[in-house]
Amino acid sequence: MANVPEDLHYSKDHEWVRVERNEAVIGITDYAQDSLGDVVYVELPKAGDEFAANESFGSVESVKAVSEVFSPVAGTVVKINESLADEPETVNSDPYGEGWMIRVKMSNPGEVDSLLTAAEYEDFTKAETE
Amino acid sequence: MVDFGGWDMPVQYPAGTIEEHLRTRTHAGLFDVSHMGEIDVRGAGAIAFVNRITSNDVTKLVDGQAQYSALTTPQGTVIDDLLVYRLAEDHLLLVVNAGTTEKDWDWIKSNHSGESVELNNVSSEYCQLALQGPDAQSILQKLTDVPLDQIKYYHFSPGSVDGVEGIISRTGYTGEDGFEVYAAAHRAEQLWNKILDAGNAGTPSGVLPCGLAARNTLRLEAGMALYGHEIDETTTLLEANLGWICKLDKGDFIGRETLARQKADGVKRKLVGFEVTDRGIARDDQEVVIDEKRVGKVTSGSPAPFLKKNIGLAYVPVEHANAGQEIKIDVRGKLVGAQIVKTPFYKRPK
Repeated sequence: MANVPEDLHYSKDHEWVRVERNEAVIGITDYAQDSLGDVVYVELPKAGDEFAANESFGSVESVKAVSEVFSPVAGTVVKINESLADEPETVNSDPYGEGWMIRVKMSNPGEVDSLLTAAEYEDFTKAETE
Repeated sequence: MVDFGGWDMPVQYPAGTIEEHLRTRTHAGLFDVSHMGEIDVRGAGAIAFVNRITSNDVTKLVDGQAQYSALTTPQGTVIDDLLVYRLAEDHLLLVVNAGTTEKDWDWIKSNHSGESVELNNVSSEYCQLALQGPDAQSILQKLTDVPLDQIKYYHFSPGSVDGVEGIISRTGYTGEDGFEVYAAAHRAEQLWNKILDAGNAGTPSGVLPCGLAARNTLRLEAGMALYGHEIDETTTLLEANLGWICKLDKGDFIGRETLARQKADGVKRKLVGFEVTDRGIARDDQEVVIDEKRVGKVTSGSPAPFLKKNIGLAYVPVEHANAGQEIKIDVRGKLVGAQIVKTPFYKRPK
């Protein structure tokens, strides 16, 4: 079973959000990394780039496929995980930790309330695999 | 699992594509390729018939030898690529791609005229397992009395594996040494399990079951064409660098005239290999840009797990088809630098 930490918020596109004051740390879920297989390339935006909620901010590539990643919340990128350039496999080995992708200053912090809770996301992925 | 020409096929097994790919290069990988089609050609006219519908020279084969070839159209383009096995002077077995088996079968029947042959589509009667990699011979030898070291590359021997009668062929689609075993379809599971056991599957240097994704990355590193990508009914053999299977002076065959003319006039575009030099991964169908012009398309693009590079094959105008030529690939709107290189990208150590 895929790991779904209690303290995070989730999108239906399989991103997770960790809220730290008015900032959001964003990555892809364990379920997503497992479905993708070996991640070999991660394309991320630059600090300062702005995204609307549900806008694509980059892509994750496995050997076989390319998947876009979407920002579940609106905001400005304050930091990206530069280590993914050389170690994209971290997305597989530690999707909720060292495999984080971007840190965003949220323009509307209330938005996270509309995301899925851990329990809701778990139900959502179960329905998807059935 | 994915639908692949009507077959449910695993894209990868639990180890994952990269591990499957690397294990095949360093030890051994086992592939269930039972989806491949088999067409049986028997009769006094077998060689003459197959020689007329394929581009390579069937008369050069001896019993127990296999040949890479193509079914060609009158335009010199490709109905399918295939292996021709000579079982006897009056008995050939054609091994074709899964997705094209029905098309090939119709094509072969409709192009049959005078020759005395009996044709049978026996695809559903055969399973095919490919055991590939440097350890392939020692693993398979545990299950057969056939002296495998006596089977040369692109040769085969009838024989039994774990008591199952079949054909043991020293062929493959990975760039490694290895064998393809053909046997009765209902024996597939037995052979699969026995080969995994014999190859110490589950240990770090044992054989790994491999899926379609690794099959694709392995053949791409080895610079081999995949039907529907590098070759199809719009590409000629000469454009695809398959002139070596075009035996223009063997006598008449379908497409010979066009291919001879194209050889004399020269091709306008050519299949080349490239390595991505910027960050980014080229993918199938992306456009090739040279001097700001969109001049061609990627036919296969992928990370190369063993070479640890991002590579691909693409058609480019012949004037640019030279090793060292800088090109750009339009990767989802971003122009990514690449360089044309010689193929194969990977050659196994002898």
